[in-house]
Amino acid sequence: MLQLQDISITFNENTPDEKKALQSINFELQKGEFVTVIGSNGAGKSTLMNIISGNLIPDVGNVIINDKEVVDLPEYNRSKFIGRVFQDPMAGTAPSMTIEENLAMAYARNKKRKLKPGVTKKRRIIFKEYLETLNLGLENRLSAKVGLLSGGERQALSLLMATFTEPDILLLDEHTAALDPSRAELIIDITRDVVNKYNLTTLMVTHNMQQALDLGDRLFMMDKGEIILNVFQEEKDNLTIKDLMNEFQKKSGSQFESDRAVLV
Amino acid sequence: MLISLFGAFESGIIYAIMALGVYLSFRILDFPDLTVDGSFVTGAAVGAIAIINGVPPIIASIMAGAAGFIAGCLTGFLHTKGKINALLAGIIMMTALYSINLRILGQPTASMLNESTLFTQLKSLPSTWAIVLVMILVILFIKFLIDYYLKTEVGLALRATGNNKIMIRSLSANTDFLIITGMGVSNALVAFSGGLIAQYGGFADVNMGIGMIIIGLASVIIGESLFGTKTIVRATFAVIGGAIIYRIFVTMALRVDFLDTGDMKLITAILVITALVAPRMINARKEKKRKIRKRSELMQRKAGEA
Repeated sequence: MLQLQDISITFNENTPDEKKALQSINFELQKGEFVTVIGSNGAGKSTLMNIISGNLIPDVGNVIINDKEVVDLPEYNRSKFIGRVFQDPMAGTAPSMTIEENLAMAYARNKKRKLKPGVTKKRRIIFKEYLETLNLGLENRLSAKVGLLSGGERQALSLLMATFTEPDILLLDEHTAALDPSRAELIIDITRDVVNKYNLTTLMVTHNMQQALDLGDRLFMMDKGEIILNVFQEEKDNLTIKDLMNEFQKKSGSQFESDRAVLV
Repeated sequence: MLISLFGAFESGIIYAIMALGVYLSFRILDFPDLTVDGSFVTGAAVGAIAIINGVPPIIASIMAGAAGFIAGCLTGFLHTKGKINALLAGIIMMTALYSINLRILGQPTASMLNESTLFTQLKSLPSTWAIVLVMILVILFIKFLIDYYLKTEVGLALRATGNNKIMIRSLSANTDFLIITGMGVSNALVAFSGGLIAQYGGFADVNMGIGMIIIGLASVIIGESLFGTKTIVRATFAVIGGAIIYRIFVTMALRVDFLDTGDMKLITAILVITALVAPRMINARKEKKRKIRKRSELMQRKAGEA
């Protein structure tokens, strides 16, 4: 479903600030695989997400989605296949537009946008049904401006907008990091539900090690632009946070260091 | 007095078309577009020269709009593909258009006094209300088109482009294309309005666009603070109302003895400042009163308990 071949990218090459953000990354995800990605600060997690989404073009290497080479496709073209939720709850929705208008824009993601009304009676019914699955009462506030919603509500809406058109790839970039623990838990529950429901191929970056172990069926650990650990279902089920820390120390020769890492 | 107010209302409706264009760029795309000062004249010049060369007035007006569309697209192109700051891109286009407008006109001023324009054709109708009624129909038609457009799938993406680019790009919208065409439509309206104003006044002058962007902004801001912006339908109505009220206000101000036509820009600037600051001051005052009331209620309750 998603394949990365020999992806490398270096920022500020030949300057004192040179940073090898990714060094020949190779992996392949099968349809429905749910990977959690952890790593210290500057390990290249966000760069990896940006390369898949088309926000960054790698120096070398290939991105293949659904047997199609997409590495040269601009971001707006690629996002036909990719749903994304950002860390910042403000980033995934348009605040001065209504909930139904936001959903209508997401609804048009994998289609060609036309000069016909975005919100119709028929679509409103569909939107309501989707919103009901969130259990936040948003289905009764279709014409409320999104800017009036709380951070948790906006993030839940972003998640719905990213998934309800069943994208080939779902990218979650620390999408619970800006929320308080109870809201974060809610978003994680919704994430688990939608990924299961649509069998979405998912890549989720997180700073929360417990989250990384609890969710998904595969785990990447990244350091200095490389994937230093790649474990699958059974092995992952038996891992503990302590194992992860030890593994990190063994592979990278340093302590796992992240000011935002949540260990418990 | 009444006659001049009537005239202000008439020209206010024509300027409202320009104000709707400014609303599209300034509010919807969040793009402060100074091209307007140039594209308004481009519209006037193209319309006037076409009419002088025997083109039917309606077609000449549409040509004026088309010229504005091209100018707007170029500004959008400079901003998106050339990565030039929005304000600077507008200033560059405005400067370039000055020379282009002079080329189109061939001389600083072109007169249409003996030509048949849209308005001389309308004046041949029996009623004095003909121009106003027809212009009201035209502006309502344009308003409904814009309202409809902004609710279509493309229109929603256009609004999101001015609201949250990161988001709409992640939802597969080509923001560069939307900005370029959006700026095109915006300046098409401005130039169409310019073409009509030239026919209304019977001439096109290379300097008639100076300060036009401020007049547009004044209309948008006055309208918004008087009529509100809750929905698109209401906001476009507010912009039209703002443009008419602005015209009426300026006409009345010019009747005051110690003010003359040269003071118009100053009056406009003061109007815009008032429209921007006054609502905020009124709100702050209301809020202060509310707090004082709350506090005194609390004191009374405490006194009651004691």
